[in-house]
Amino acid sequence: MKTFRIGGIHPKDNKFSAGKKIQIAELPKQVAIPLSHYIGTPSEAVVKKGDLVKVGQLIGKANGFISANVHSSVSGKVAKIDVQLDATGYKRTAVFIDVEGDEWLETIDRSPKIKRECLLSKDEIINKIKDAGIVGLGGATFPAHVKLSPPPGKKADLLIINASECEPYLTCDHQLMLEKGEEIMVGISILMKALEVNKAVIGIENNKKDAIAHLSELAKTFQGIEIVPLQSRYPQGGEKQLIDALIRRQVPSGRLPIEVGTVVQNVGTTYAAYNAVQKNKPMIERVMTVTGKNAPNPGNYLVRLGTYLSAVVEQAGGIPEGTGKIVGGGPMMGRSLMNLNVPMAKGSSGVLFIREEEAVRKPIKNCIRCTKCVSVCPMGLEPFLLMNQSERNMWTEMEANRTMDCIECGSCSYTCPSNRPLLDYIRYGKSTVGSIIRNRK
Amino acid sequence: MDKLIISPAPHIHSGDSVSKNMTGVIIALVPALMVGFYFFGLGALIVTLTAVISCVLFEYLIQRFILKGENSVMDGSAALTGLLLAMNLPSNIPIWMVVIGSLVAIGIAKMSFGGLGNNPFNPALIGRVFLLISFPVEMTTWPKPVPFSLSYLDAETASTTLAILKGGHFGEIPSTLDLLFGNKGGSIGEISAIAILIGLAYLLIRKIIRWHIPVSILLTVFVFAGFLYLANPVAYPSPVVHLLTGGLLLGAVFMATDYVTSPMNPRGMWIYGIGIGIITILIRTFGAYPEGISFAILIMNGFTPLINAYIKPKRFGEKVKL
Repeated sequence: MKTFRIGGIHPKDNKFSAGKKIQIAELPKQVAIPLSHYIGTPSEAVVKKGDLVKVGQLIGKANGFISANVHSSVSGKVAKIDVQLDATGYKRTAVFIDVEGDEWLETIDRSPKIKRECLLSKDEIINKIKDAGIVGLGGATFPAHVKLSPPPGKKADLLIINASECEPYLTCDHQLMLEKGEEIMVGISILMKALEVNKAVIGIENNKKDAIAHLSELAKTFQGIEIVPLQSRYPQGGEKQLIDALIRRQVPSGRLPIEVGTVVQNVGTTYAAYNAVQKNKPMIERVMTVTGKNAPNPGNYLVRLGTYLSAVVEQAGGIPEGTGKIVGGGPMMGRSLMNLNVPMAKGSSGVLFIREEEAVRKPIKNCIRCTKCVSVCPMGLEPFLLMNQSERNMWTEMEANRTMDCIECGSCSYTCPSNRPLLDYIRYGKSTVGSIIRNRK
Repeated sequence: MDKLIISPAPHIHSGDSVSKNMTGVIIALVPALMVGFYFFGLGALIVTLTAVISCVLFEYLIQRFILKGENSVMDGSAALTGLLLAMNLPSNIPIWMVVIGSLVAIGIAKMSFGGLGNNPFNPALIGRVFLLISFPVEMTTWPKPVPFSLSYLDAETASTTLAILKGGHFGEIPSTLDLLFGNKGGSIGEISAIAILIGLAYLLIRKIIRWHIPVSILLTVFVFAGFLYLANPVAYPSPVVHLLTGGLLLGAVFMATDYVTSPMNPRGMWIYGIGIGIITILIRTFGAYPEGISFAILIMNGFTPLINAYIKPKRFGEKVKL
């Protein structure tokens, strides 16, 4: 079975919420919809205090090329536009809306009927996706329309759909494939048309056999879509690792997937694209997983953007006893939250409760040079060396040792027998080296 | 839940630890140790216990009274050093020499550099080589294998296969079967090839070591000794005899793979292993000592920092020219 060729780890997958039907979360009383996401320029508010908005109405206009529109996820009255602490730990501008009723824009097709036909042209599709504010839902939240518009002279020959969901615990993509498989397949066909490619491959890790079977069955009625089971291994969902696993092409250092003739989209993104193009429905909600070893009721929830995570967690049974850490996202790359009074954003894939005994880091010991960090690094780097250089502010040497290639997957810290905080130091070094490189230009 | 812990990702850990790795190597040594106990009896037991206890004790005392740091004795590395030292000693060596070897291994080769992780040379090998140079007679007189023997210092002696080769008496080499199972003279842990290979399999399955170092050493020895043998089968023994005799297997599997003193990526490991293989055969064939693996490993330990500095792992996206 296929997998990527360098490094990787096998954390226990702990997918407690696998197979749990997607539940529609209760409509919140107030939402705070952030105007910016993790990547790109914040969008510009086009509503003001006191305005009445409907579900799907534009409230933030994209500002620049790498930026995305933001729409209201609820109907009601704009209470204020103010800063709000978000799940990444930064204060960002958000539109606060007091919810009144649930009135949708008339243009949005809310019927459950699946619409397979798409007669739109390439540009019309890309424009619809752009207007709907679709971003990559795997976590990086890169605007989807940017990836669909390769720079001049570059051409994709293959669309890759990332359905590996290699993060332990998370199951939102898995469940989406089981319940919205046909919509996803239509979404993929639409993206293929936008990219002018006639081939797409979906990479799914084989711990999701039911999803592989379901999509393979559906693929018989779609042209050019192939499902490829992958050996479960972290970080297979990393863009570069996934491309290597599926088509044995390695994206060179500092380059994008288009360099090897491919574009990668997350499977959740294809569902959002289907909704945008076929149903005129902008990006106003997404599926997220609420889970943890001691979670009373691990499950998958369809949540409106801007809903406070506390409201979602309450529906899932509240914060369990003995929780030492709450993570927004998966255990390998998610961020720990100070509290749950942060709004759900486009990239929020889950809330994870970590028990106190697992949340406390063990004491750091001497490096015993066991080479395990080197063996697991999926980019072929030397984490032990980068950490030493970062501790000693050796930025030139860090750059020469390719620290900017690090994808921050955390495999090194995960595997270190001496509990050394390798990634903490590498991340610090990366940000310093990154700013040195930017200043040079 | 009063307070939440805030820390950067990743939020989970594999659960691996230094002591798990050290214990793993100790478990892998058990088969070879058992063979040693079987053929050398009481003497092997006394030497092994002395080495382990004195290594642990010296590390504890040095940590407690000289370095005054957090005590690291429980991580198992001192016990492992003691065990490895014992494996490299004849079973009829006097106790006081074992204690001196342990002091050199732990005190000079390990703790004077700052303890586990900082020593440039393999501590057990430094201990062994120190004894070999200081007490050449005691270190090169091995007892004859007698199952469940109760003799210690008074054991009847036998020459090792390598000493026989040095003397040029190829006819007296033990049969390949004896070489495999360990019915021959030698240090406590080196006599049985099969027991050491079982240990190797365990280390590889548990992913405690990677295969590159042992394989590159054994392959190099086989090829180099093979050339010599093909050139002149009368003057040089066959490569199989080289592989199965002396401390080669013990060294390739347990000593050269020491985490701290070996290179950090597969390419470096190959260079290191090939170097050890070549130096071993050079010493065995042309040097004054019958066995060269200890010196070969220590010499390549010295090159390890250089190898780490210049030989980089295969980067993602790198075009490989081969």
